[in-house]
Amino acid sequence: MPSQERKIQAPQPNPETKAFWDAAAAGRLMIGKCTGCGQVHYYPRAICPYCLSDKTELQQASGNGTIYTYSVMRRAPIPYAIAYVTLQEGVSMMTNIVDCDLDQIRIGQPVRLVFKPSEGGQPVPMFTPV
Amino acid sequence: MSIKGKAYIVGIYEHPTRKADDKSLAQLHAESAKGALEDAGLTRADVDGYFCAGDAPGLGPLSMTDYLGLKLRHMDSTDSGGSSYIIHVGHAAEAIAAGKCSVALITLAGRPRSEGQATGTAQRATGGNAPDAQFENPYGPATANMYAMCAMRHMHQYGTTSEQLAWIKVAASHHAQHNPHAMLRDVVTVEDVVNSPMIADPLHRLDCCVISDGGGAIIVASPEVARSLKRPKVRIIGAGEAPKHQMGGHVDLTYSGAVWSGPAAFAEAGVKPSDIKYASIYDSFTITVLMQIEDLGFCEKGQGGKFVADGNLISGTGKLPFNTDGGGLCNNHPANRGGLTKVVEAVRQLRGEAHPAVQVRNCDLAIAHGTGGSLGTRHGAATVIMERE
Repeated sequence: MPSQERKIQAPQPNPETKAFWDAAAAGRLMIGKCTGCGQVHYYPRAICPYCLSDKTELQQASGNGTIYTYSVMRRAPIPYAIAYVTLQEGVSMMTNIVDCDLDQIRIGQPVRLVFKPSEGGQPVPMFTPV
Repeated sequence: MSIKGKAYIVGIYEHPTRKADDKSLAQLHAESAKGALEDAGLTRADVDGYFCAGDAPGLGPLSMTDYLGLKLRHMDSTDSGGSSYIIHVGHAAEAIAAGKCSVALITLAGRPRSEGQATGTAQRATGGNAPDAQFENPYGPATANMYAMCAMRHMHQYGTTSEQLAWIKVAASHHAQHNPHAMLRDVVTVEDVVNSPMIADPLHRLDCCVISDGGGAIIVASPEVARSLKRPKVRIIGAGEAPKHQMGGHVDLTYSGAVWSGPAAFAEAGVKPSDIKYASIYDSFTITVLMQIEDLGFCEKGQGGKFVADGNLISGTGKLPFNTDGGGLCNNHPANRGGLTKVVEAVRQLRGEAHPAVQVRNCDLAIAHGTGGSLGTRHGAATVIMERE
């Protein structure tokens, strides 16, 4: 069952995050990169969560990752899989695993980036098994 | 400065209601306050410190002190979700030790059942300005599936099984059968738990706590006040608190903030996990209990499944009697916040006032620990250690 049938709540961008969502609309997943300490972080923010530097920027992620953990919500009108995916770049993000048999999802499974439209159209990053 | 021995828990009250159609939220807070003051043998005029969290109506301490007619020198509305009240006990002890108040009242109440609140499997409401909300809400985070992701990872990494998690519910049900106020009083088996409907893989219906209305209150007082009362003396000897979050994307769901709050509390108290006679452990879900038991040091990391199995948490037979009121899994979970009732049952045990069928013999040292917020994203861990004097 394709999980995009579920209504996806639209994110509410703010001045700090508008560039992230604009990139998502153009099909790119961005993570936070601090030019002060060199570390990447997620969710991206203006102030680095490792060193408090304000020299942060967005860096495009490869879109490849593996499933760190997941759970299929059975008690919902349309069951769906929520997950944390660890990106190739080293950070993990909350997401959905979509376009697959929900009963076949496994921890450690390689996944790749896809975008699904939320209510109102804003695309949000999700993942599907490779 | 340490809080060790600087304050006592002198009054407790657990509201008997589990569905409060006929009462207001402020009224439940007030009835709980009244109950705890009567338990202590104190009056409203004795209270000079007040503590509440996000469940309190209106502007928290302002609205409730207005309703109750309190005159205060100290107030604190620290909110870490369901663990808030365990933090409040520690903060009350600090305030008393610093001379900021001498009788602190802590209240909790909620009506999620009467109000038909979407709980557990519905998407969790987060404030519009929460910086994480836009990066999480599109994915359908509820309460159950956040804790379920922790359970899934724990099973993957340590080989924990659904049957081991089920033992936690089994133990709670053994205790709840003796509690006339408990919502679920039937003793259940491991098979009952693993055969109950799947909610969010791998958590079944019986891995989840109840949804209840209710409330409770605690009175923390100075040694001078405690000495003047005719109640068994429960001394606060250690407390710890710590938030845990996603660490900038270095997410690790295998442990909770108890790895920080626990050792801080044990160090202050000067005792170790093996000294503890009774443990109140927050049980929003079975996995919550298992992870906290590991993180508090009752067993090695990853061995929680083995530790909780075979009735090891059942009073009278197990090594670590826990949640002898039935806990959140069977008794109640007022306001979807189970921290206050954890302290209440620990105090009953230390006083020797638990139900005789579950009273731990010679119970002179107890711990209450909670996780508020969400184990799967960000939460506040809180620990308090108490002894009978």
